[in-house]
Amino acid sequence: MNRLVALVAVTALGCSAAAAQEKLKVGVVATLSGPPAVLGQQLRNGFQLAVKSLGGRLGGREVELVIVDDELKPDVAVNKVRALVERDKVEFVVGPIFSNILQAIMKPATEGGAILISPNAGTSNFAGKECNPNFFVTSYQNDQVFGVSGKHAQDAGLKRVFLMAPNYQAGRDALAGFKAHYKGEVVDEVYVPLNQLDYSAELSRIAAAKPDAVYVFLPGGMGVNFVKQFRQAALADRMTFLSAFTVDESTLPAQQDAALGFFGGANWAPNLDTPQNKAFVAAYEKEFGAVPATYAFQSYDAALLIDGALKLTQGRTTDKAALQAAMKKANFTSLRGDFKFNTNNYPIQDFYLVKVAKRADGKFQTEIAKKIFDDHADGHAKDCPMK
Amino acid sequence: MSTTLLVVQILNGLQLGVLLFLIAAGLTLVFGVMDFINLAHGVQYMLGAYLAVMFYGLTGSFLAGLVLALLAALAFGLLLEFAVFRHLYDRDHLDQVIATFGVILFLNQGVKLVWGAAPLTLPIPELFSGSVRLMDGLLYPVWRLVVIASGLVAGVLLYGLVAHTRVGMLVRAGATDAPMVSALGVDIRRLFMIVFGFGTMLAGFAGIMVAPILSVEPGMGDTILILAFVVIVIGGIGSIRGAFLAALIVGLVDTLGRSFIVDILRLVMAPSPARTVGPALASMLIYLLMALVLYVRPTGLFPAKGR
Repeated sequence: MNRLVALVAVTALGCSAAAAQEKLKVGVVATLSGPPAVLGQQLRNGFQLAVKSLGGRLGGREVELVIVDDELKPDVAVNKVRALVERDKVEFVVGPIFSNILQAIMKPATEGGAILISPNAGTSNFAGKECNPNFFVTSYQNDQVFGVSGKHAQDAGLKRVFLMAPNYQAGRDALAGFKAHYKGEVVDEVYVPLNQLDYSAELSRIAAAKPDAVYVFLPGGMGVNFVKQFRQAALADRMTFLSAFTVDESTLPAQQDAALGFFGGANWAPNLDTPQNKAFVAAYEKEFGAVPATYAFQSYDAALLIDGALKLTQGRTTDKAALQAAMKKANFTSLRGDFKFNTNNYPIQDFYLVKVAKRADGKFQTEIAKKIFDDHADGHAKDCPMK
Repeated sequence: MSTTLLVVQILNGLQLGVLLFLIAAGLTLVFGVMDFINLAHGVQYMLGAYLAVMFYGLTGSFLAGLVLALLAALAFGLLLEFAVFRHLYDRDHLDQVIATFGVILFLNQGVKLVWGAAPLTLPIPELFSGSVRLMDGLLYPVWRLVVIASGLVAGVLLYGLVAHTRVGMLVRAGATDAPMVSALGVDIRRLFMIVFGFGTMLAGFAGIMVAPILSVEPGMGDTILILAFVVIVIGGIGSIRGAFLAALIVGLVDTLGRSFIVDILRLVMAPSPARTVGPALASMLIYLLMALVLYVRPTGLFPAKGR
């Protein structure tokens, strides 16, 4: 009998030890094919680097990463995330890059019982009415980035500004976000087709309008083309170039000198002066041979966020309410410095005007020019029922 | 809106036009002469740009990069013809579309493996890096003028080649009745190969010339291919002259439409809806034009003779 009890005890002990040792499964969803793959690779690299620097463990538990490519197709993303949650039983889903993918994977990820952390896409609906206790954002609410340029244009006394964006929802938000902080004269608002390549027609209009500044939202390849052509048309010396998601470390390798001195808005830059950030940038460059962009750092922070929360719960993920509460405490030192979660699980943080510069080693990066917003909360949190 | 701005926009339209012509010329010849639908034609344009970037990096000279990239694009085009397309000439159009679409997927991914997914860039050659002053505060990059000029020269040369040489005569004859040309003792396979190689080289040339203006990235050929198909449908399949004129028309309609449609709509409606409707309408213009042409002249504006 004693022996039996001992056996049972040993087995039970073995089980609980195994439970504590069980691997933590994390799914990473990023766009890893097509032209925007550069962004997805930054996201993936940033997360992998964080896990590596924490010794392959998050909150003391060994990590098993499952990385999937959403192909920038919402239907594909839904199926892959469903497989992550239901088949692979991941406890956290980290991703995606693009807003339309976020809209698609929200339900399958959070209703399947996983916690979804977005290291980039931060749409207004999930910051407001549709906020979700299982959804956390380590980036920003998109409007905040758009507002940086508008606020700067207003503060710097730029009297006439020419606005341009692609003709889709994010493009309209980009111009609205700018105008929310800018009270000067908008010379013209131009919407171009998504993925337009040649901007000769628009550049001629800008030259004829002679504004004090242009503000553009042209992500990815569009921005590469526009920046080069803007420089070639010799407009760069005549006006200030303000932008959102147009000049960053993912596009600068192609824009190079053409983008020098151009402005963008961000919550971070590679030269941000915190010890953690310096170590991160150096490690990232050593590992991947490229300068990290916001996608990489926000994804790195996502890993730190999980690590910090699991430390509070002693590695346990079964008690969802405890886990959510631990996540909300943001128990980690963000690479960007000040960071805390608002009631809607979006960050309250600082925003900077960043300027493109060439480093001594010949690589290009954005550098902080000026702090625009301090401890900035997005305007949608008041619509969120969570407290 | 001033006349100078109109002139500039016409130049912009011409530039898009000649670019489309360089791509559409190869497409229309291959389609017209060989009755072969080559969706992978846009990939050749992308490859031209990538090869130019690569050879520029190796040699440090734009001219050397241009020549080497042209030769490499030609060689690769011939390799594709030999390895893949040759086996598809006798199959029906659906097989050709599926196979060449496969080539697109394969090469877009291949380019990403070799050169990475990040957009690349090719600097403008020093000699042409300046701008010309067209009006107060309005500078026009010299390189764009070079693109227009080189496209026009290529057009004239091609016309001379097709209209006034023996090979050109065979090409025209092949476009009219390939089996008959073959029966007269002409090696039609070799003719096909020449036409194909030449077409891919032209597309590669377009890619090289445009690389300093646009970002060089995977999939860059896919959007332009659709426009090139619009051009050959409007111009008349198999007709170089048709491709040339249709390319200029499409380039001008697209550019002028994008530039002035909002201003024109503002005359009849409020500014805010004009801004919403304008861009949508502008991107539809060339397709409306194509529909109109197809309705009035189903074989295109300048169909090749005998079709």
